[in-house]
Amino acid sequence: MNIIALVKQTPDTAQLSASMDGLKLSAEGGPRIVNPWDEYTLETAIQAREEHGGKVTALCLGPPEAAEALKTALAMGVDEAVLVSDPAMADGDSLTSARILVAAIRKIGAFDLIVGGRAAIDGNTAATAVQVAALLGVPLVSYVAELRNLDPSDRTLSAVRLLEKARETVTSRLPALITVVKEINEPRYPSLIGIRKAARANIPIWGCKDLSLDAAAVGAGASGVEWRTELPPVREAHIEMIDGGPEDAARTLVDRLMEEKVI
Amino acid sequence: MASNLIVWIELVDGQADPIAWQAMAAAGKVAGDLGGSLTAVVFGDGVGETTRQAIEAGADRVYTADDPSLGRYRVEPYAKLLARILEHEPPSVVLMGASTAGLELSAYVAALAGAGLAPDCTDLHVEDGRLAAVRPALVGNLVSTVTFRGTGHRCVTVRRNIFQPADPDPSRTGEIIEVPAVLSGDEIPTRVTSVETADGTVSLTEASIIVSGGRGVGGPEGFQPVRELADALGGALGASRAAVDAGWIPYAHQVGQTGKTVQPDLYIACGISGAIQHLAGMKNARVIVAINKDADVPLYKYAHYGIAGDLFSYLPAIAEEVRKRLGR
Repeated sequence: MNIIALVKQTPDTAQLSASMDGLKLSAEGGPRIVNPWDEYTLETAIQAREEHGGKVTALCLGPPEAAEALKTALAMGVDEAVLVSDPAMADGDSLTSARILVAAIRKIGAFDLIVGGRAAIDGNTAATAVQVAALLGVPLVSYVAELRNLDPSDRTLSAVRLLEKARETVTSRLPALITVVKEINEPRYPSLIGIRKAARANIPIWGCKDLSLDAAAVGAGASGVEWRTELPPVREAHIEMIDGGPEDAARTLVDRLMEEKVI
Repeated sequence: MASNLIVWIELVDGQADPIAWQAMAAAGKVAGDLGGSLTAVVFGDGVGETTRQAIEAGADRVYTADDPSLGRYRVEPYAKLLARILEHEPPSVVLMGASTAGLELSAYVAALAGAGLAPDCTDLHVEDGRLAAVRPALVGNLVSTVTFRGTGHRCVTVRRNIFQPADPDPSRTGEIIEVPAVLSGDEIPTRVTSVETADGTVSLTEASIIVSGGRGVGGPEGFQPVRELADALGGALGASRAAVDAGWIPYAHQVGQTGKTVQPDLYIACGISGAIQHLAGMKNARVIVAINKDADVPLYKYAHYGIAGDLFSYLPAIAEEVRKRLGR
């Protein structure tokens, strides 16, 4: 099976602190990790390869330093990694990102399965992988919590989707694009051998020219939206600690909640 | 230039999901300033009642597609049909709820229509005649104000439980436009083979009250008093990542960065210290109560009420008090 894993590098929200707010964390040079949802993406792709053979290519769109995320992917066990990076692509919206990824996927070649995460924790649009499926015209199976049956010979898959109000089992033709949620697996840690191999890996970087993309058709200038970003309003600390034993505290708390009209 | 609003009315098991009326309310909030009409879109198998409700909720026109192949939401037939409708509409704002289906459908339609997209918004307003959408980013540590470029359609989804629907107006009338499905059953690449609904439990993202347990509950059986309080309050059961990762409770209950984002009226956190990843999912709850044996946890910075004590003593007492006072 030829499997493509869509990976993003995101700010490391575990580093947020009083001295590291969201703007500082997001600024160039801030601490970065593999998007937490994409750890499940990578594990899903690697497990599918372990079961069915073939090759996993991790594909990442981002600045040059996003190569680090691909090194993590290689250390976990993907076979190949491609970074798509070009200054012209910066600050694009989800749809320009999807168009770039589609161009890169076409350059990678034939695929049976594309795996992405539910969302990336920075933009949190939950849109890019969906739009890749739409532009490629391949079946989309999102919010996958369990991949029950992946059958490369029969060209089908069966999966359980975790929706807000139901678990839905669906079948789909292959090739398909799936997005995964955390329940699907437990991502492995990179092995020592994997880390050494990844450190030596030469990760190709594809720009607009390599993908035959017009620089004017990508990035902020080609996006359907623009945005300004600020820190959220600071919330006043105003906790009321309720003292007393269980019965007294319960009475006071229920009084307060009734005054607040939330119960 | 005036801009019309087109709202997708999401059906779940044949009934409109409450988030659809919240999306209508969001559309109503900006319709006046944008100067356009309000159109609803209802797809399904048996949509008459919902169509009527959409008009009562403020729609001037309703596009309906009534077909067995549309009986249960699937992205391809819905997105292609909605994109087909949009081909015949002047540049419009396409609004829906940011449910699992709405997030997916709006992104897919935006790709087909070449539209700008602002997902999971918490506020909408009009700046200099243009729509501006406010949305949290970086798990609630940034706020983005999104505006649209170009002259095409604009797709927006709104987060659950933010916009308050007005009372329906049964005297309203509207135009109904029937459209056929664009994909036949055979052309739809996915098939739903079974659906398992969580009967009798309150959906986490819809709940107005959530009681959550974290590391401090100590084990699977430690969720018993948490569940008991949730039941007494008629609320949903949540959990922190620590509790889910420990295998004490299924992932579907996880609130936070890699779980669900919730916005209830009341969030009671039991034995949860308040890691940034958890706060991301719940800090916008209207009233937050933290119950923790430690007198100093990060969550107290966000909570309105705190009880520093053993949750196994306090939770049953609170549940008992709730039952007594609410007569349950």
